[in-house]
This record gives sequence, structure tokens and C-alpha cells, in this order.
Amino acid sequence: MTDLQTFRNETREWLAENCPASMRVPMQNDNDTCWGGRNPTFSCEDQKLWMERMAAKGWTAPMWAVEYGGGGLNREEAKVLREEMAKIKARRPLNSFGIDMLGPALIKFGSEELKRQHLPPIVRGEIRWCQGYSEPNAGSDLAGLQTKAMDMGDYFIVNGQKVWTSYADKADWMFCLVRTDSDGKKQMGISLVLFDMKTPGVTPKPIKLISGSSPFCETFLDDVKVDKSQVVGEINHGWTIAKYLLTHEREMIGGFGTRDAGFRSLGQYAAESMGIKQGRLANQLLRNDVIRWEIDAAAFALTADRVADEAKAGQGVGATSAMLKYYGTELNKRRFETMMKLKGGEAIEWEGEASRDGWLARSWLRTKGNSIEGGTSEVQLNIIAKNILGLG
Amino acid sequence: MTLIINEEQQMLKESAQGFFAEFAPISEFRRLREGGSDYCDVLWKRMVDMGWAAILVPEKYGGLGFGHVGMGQVMEQGGRALAASPLFSSAIVGVSIINLTGSEKQKETLLPQIADGQITLALAVDETRHHGPTDIALSALKTPDGFKLSGRKLGVVDGHCSTKLIVAARTSGEFGDKEGISLFLVDSNTPGIDIKTIPTVDSRSVSTVSFNDAIVPIENLLGSENGGFKGLSAVLDIANAHLAAELLGIASESFDRTLQYLKQRKQFGSFIGSFQALQHRAAHWWSEIELCKSIVLKSLSAIDEGDVRTSELASIAKAKLCEVAELSTNEAIQMHGGVGMTDEYDIGFFIKRARPAQMLFGDYSYHGDRFALMTGY
Repeated sequence: MTDLQTFRNETREWLAENCPASMRVPMQNDNDTCWGGRNPTFSCEDQKLWMERMAAKGWTAPMWAVEYGGGGLNREEAKVLREEMAKIKARRPLNSFGIDMLGPALIKFGSEELKRQHLPPIVRGEIRWCQGYSEPNAGSDLAGLQTKAMDMGDYFIVNGQKVWTSYADKADWMFCLVRTDSDGKKQMGISLVLFDMKTPGVTPKPIKLISGSSPFCETFLDDVKVDKSQVVGEINHGWTIAKYLLTHEREMIGGFGTRDAGFRSLGQYAAESMGIKQGRLANQLLRNDVIRWEIDAAAFALTADRVADEAKAGQGVGATSAMLKYYGTELNKRRFETMMKLKGGEAIEWEGEASRDGWLARSWLRTKGNSIEGGTSEVQLNIIAKNILGLG
Repeated sequence: MTLIINEEQQMLKESAQGFFAEFAPISEFRRLREGGSDYCDVLWKRMVDMGWAAILVPEKYGGLGFGHVGMGQVMEQGGRALAASPLFSSAIVGVSIINLTGSEKQKETLLPQIADGQITLALAVDETRHHGPTDIALSALKTPDGFKLSGRKLGVVDGHCSTKLIVAARTSGEFGDKEGISLFLVDSNTPGIDIKTIPTVDSRSVSTVSFNDAIVPIENLLGSENGGFKGLSAVLDIANAHLAAELLGIASESFDRTLQYLKQRKQFGSFIGSFQALQHRAAHWWSEIELCKSIVLKSLSAIDEGDVRTSELASIAKAKLCEVAELSTNEAIQMHGGVGMTDEYDIGFFIKRARPAQMLFGDYSYHGDRFALMTGY
């Protein structure tokens, strides 16, 4: 038996023993997503148990080094873990911007001190992070950001306003882009700094969305003191890190809805919602939509795999994350549009038991943001055209 | 397996690139078209010399046993070059049928002959204007002299130049039944067979093959009597995965040529590739081709690995490539503007080859429907 096969068997056994049954059913609503943090909210005891068990093995961040609390798995092993989790429909134990975004940037650009300070609590789900990127006048044109960090010797004093800060009202720390130099090219003079949300002068204010929920905030920064030890990489060279971090954000958002083990296939969902007549979905036009979506989603999921395989082999083009983000989010929007049609009258209910308080309607509206957040679809197409196709 | 081609497959791809550049550039396609000469001759001999007719033949029958991912590289490059040859009919479909359904004796006799180009095969399955592998009425009646075939096949690719035909015939049951279909190996010059060739939009041709009480020896039955559908279906999966590879070549070449044009053509004092209206369309188009690369590779490797999802993946691949080949060849003409409509520019050749390749053995609607039925809706 190969080492990988042994690892697979052991993983399977461990999951069978340690993944609670209630963590193997599709998520019912947003409360079923586990975010961790200083003041965590768990929808049930099993959710907490599942996170802690996985965190203890480092499998909330399977590929991070063991010395930083990670699982220390190589790419093949991590894939095996994903596959085995998918097989039993295990939910993701911990959702975290620390794992998906900040962590990879810290590992690549951060000092040893910063890594040791911040990575282990991320793995354990103890600290919840938020991202301070966009500003009221710096959306698609992110490099135009104006939040100012004044150099005070050992520390900075930060003043400005961030917007679309996901869950800033629930987060413990922020990774934040600030302007440390206003002369010269706008991409130069940006730094990435880390600070505790409890720092005096940090005020998050939730923004209510069309979906009724408030996953985003405006965050006001008034004379916020940030120690210079909390600068990631070099001062004034944060743009490179910001872009690297954005590629991770793009991959994360692009993966929504297609690689999520908790989701049923759209074909199955359609069959359950509309019924089957002589082997085919009862509504022919909707059947066409479902088929087109399933074909595209299958090809897309394989492409995400292929891009990962190529990256590992040192092939491929780096900007493909723009393609994954663009295509993945457009697919997710299509999926929810189709689900709305499949559910009929139930789909427009905003409250009530049958619709689980309008879960579908609210989720559908939320997907409209997928192709805006983390760089709009149009920005992704610009990146592809310029960086991959060489069109200027 | 990983979704990356291995070194051997990479070498095959590069040698195919070199081969088509030298012996079958588009200018050669143009020359053949103008001369009205046949494509099954000189180029095919060169391909046989390259060993391509032996790629899928197992080593024990004198072949190379390289597998479908390897052969798919040749098909993709052939798609880029618009190179017509019996490679698909004989070395892919023909070899696969013999290999999957033939007896040991049939394999020993036929596979080496296909591998060294002595014979070429063509598959005759459809009888209506739409692909339907169970829509078979052509009858094969058992007589003391052999099976007597009566009926008509439409759209037989390479029917005019193949030495043997594989004919799907009905030995029992009704039109539309899976049961009762049998496969026969038939010499093209058997008395009672009439082959009429019709030129097609891609400057290739298809044949209508009529069987008027043509007698086929009993020993030319491939596989079991009445149980031919399973093998036929498996071969059609293989065929469609390779057609998807050819369509990927067509889509990629259309894209590459158009991208070059966007960087050369000036209007309003600028390269037209600097206009965002075209950049976004090009970027979307590129993204679609990236998806195609993945599904084509996966569907080919599924065949090599005996994946249980082979049929599903073949239908997804063919459907997706039908869609993107259509997008690609349409965008190619539109972005070339007026010159895209001229016969002088090569870009118009791609749309003409794409549509017959899309249609052959089932288009988007056929495979989308098939895929959905396989997955329960």
C-alpha cells in the first residue's frame, strides 16, 4: 500500500469517528457557518466540537506548517482530506478570512514574529479577521485608497474610512491597507498593517443589504494607533502583498457554490422541486437551464483542479485566479437564478417556516454581490485581457 | 490522476504540431480543396509512417498502446490545422470497435492491418438526419450464406475511401430498441452495397451507403448477435471525446488567430485590441476555452482509466465543446470584421469544419439531454 493510500485510510477512519452526524448534513442557513473568534456563536454543540477536533489536528488549515499550528499536509494529502470530507458530506469546520486570505500572505511576506503571533490562533479559530481594503472612493480603483497612516516613529496614527469590510462588527482583528506615502505613483506608498478591532478609534457600522442581512460594514478609523511591528512586509510595498492576497480572495469567492460539499447537485435539486415526467424534468425550458449550468459547473470544477495541478507542476499562468473568480461567481449567480425558478412561489417568501425565513430569496440576492466583491467581473476581465492576453 | 499531460503525451503533442506545420498547413487544405483531390491518400500514408494509426492499438497486436490522452493531443493539433484524414474513422473509431467487441481472432487479424494502414475502417450508424444510435432499421437477416443486409445509412464519414465498414444493423426488436442491434464488419466492395458521396461544407464529404441484400459472412459479426449496443455506445463515447479534442483545436486556433488580429488591426488610430468592448469579449472567450481544456483532458483520461463516469464525461465534454466551438468560430468572424467573411482569409474555414464536427455523433442538445438522463433528470 502506498503512503497516500495509508493516509487515506487513516483519514477516513478518523473522520468516521470524529465528524459528528449533524455536521454531515447540508447547511440550513448562515448560522450553520462556523466563524470562530473571541466571542464565537455556535449553532449547536456539535459545531463547536467539530471545529475543535479539526483544529487540534491542524486540519482547519491543512497545508500550513505544523510549527504554526497547521496540518503540515502536502498537496496530495490535502486533496485526499478534501475528497474524504466530501464523501461523507462533512461541513467545513471553520470559515475564516484568516485561513483563506491573511494566512497565505503572512506565510509568504510576514516576519517570523508575525507568523508566530497570528497564525496559530487563526488555525484554532480563536481570532476572527476582517479585511480593510475598499474605501468610499476606492472600489474597483483600489490603489487610489486614501486612508492615511502618519509615521510617529515606533508607530503609525491611522485616519480614514473603510467600506465593505466583511463582518467587521464581529471580527477581532483587521488586516488593513493604508497610505504611508502620498508622493509618486499611487501603487507605491501603500502598506499592509494589522490591528486589534478593540483599539481606540475603530468604529464598525453594519450596512444593510438587499438580502436583509448585514455581512458588510463601514469602518471608521479615527487616530488609530498601530505599532510598526504589525506591518506585513516592507513599508510602502504593501501593494504587491495586497494583490497576492486578492488572488486568494478571488479563488475563495470563485469557489463558492461549486466546491462546497454541503450542496446538492442542481439536477437533483431540480428533480426534487419540479418532479420528473417520463425520465425528464417536468419543465423542458428549465431543464435546459439546469443542464447548461451542470455542464459548465462540471467543466469549471475540473478547471479549478487543473489550475491547482499546473501550479504545483510550475506551469500555467498566475493570473488564472481572475478567470476562476469571474467564471465561478457568474456561475453561482446563475445557479441561484435557476433555483428561484425551480422553487416557484416558495422562492419569493421572505419569512415563514416553509421557506426557512426566505433562505432562498435572501441567498439569491446575496449572490448578486459575488461578481462585485473582491473585484468586479469587469475588473477580472480587464486583468485577463491585460495580463494574460496582452491586450493594452 | 492529475490534470496534466505526461512527458510522453507532451512529446506526441509536439511531434503532431511539427507534422501538421510541415505537411498539412492550411495552405495544403486550400490546395486539396481547389484540386478536389482526396484527403485519404498522401497525408494518411505519412500519418501511418508516424505510427499514429497504431497509437490506440495494444502492444500485443503490434501497436503502441499510448492511450486516449495521447491520441487526443494529435486530434487537437489536427483540429488546429483542419487536417482531414481517416485518422478519426479508422485509428480511433475503427480500432476501438475491434478492440472492444472483436474476438481474439478478429483482433489478431485486423488490428495490425489498421495499425500499418493496409486497411481503413468507417462506422455506419445513423439512418436519420439526427444522431440516434438506437434508431436503427437496417435489417440483417440470418441466411445459410450469411447475414443479408438491407437498408440505408446516412452521413457516413470517410465512407467513400474506407476499405471496410462497421455497420450497426438490426437483428431483432424495433427501431429505437437497444436490444437487437448487431455490429458487422463489411467489405466496402461487397456486392449489393452502393456508396454515394456528398460534398460537405467543410470541403470533406459524407456518404449515403445503401445495402441491397448485401451478404456478409457469419464470421464478420462483431461481438454478440443482438447485443451490439453496449459496444457501440462505448465506442461512441470514445469518438465523442476525440471529437471534443478536435473541436478544442478548432476553438483554440480560432482564438489565437483572432487575438493576433486584435493586436494588428488599427481603427480610429488604435489597435482594436485596446478597446474594452473587444477585450472583455476576448477575455470571456479565453475563459471558456480554459474550461474546455479541462473537460477534454478529463474525458480522455477517464477512458484510459476505465472511470465509471466515462459516458457522463464524454457527453459533458462533447456538449461543452459544441457550445464553445460555436462561440469561438462566430466570434472569430465578427472580430475579424469584413475580412472574416472573405474566402481569402483562412479564419472562415474554422466555422465550416466546426459545425460538421459538432453534429457528428450528437450535438449539444443530444449530449445535454443524454447527460441529464444519466444523472436522473
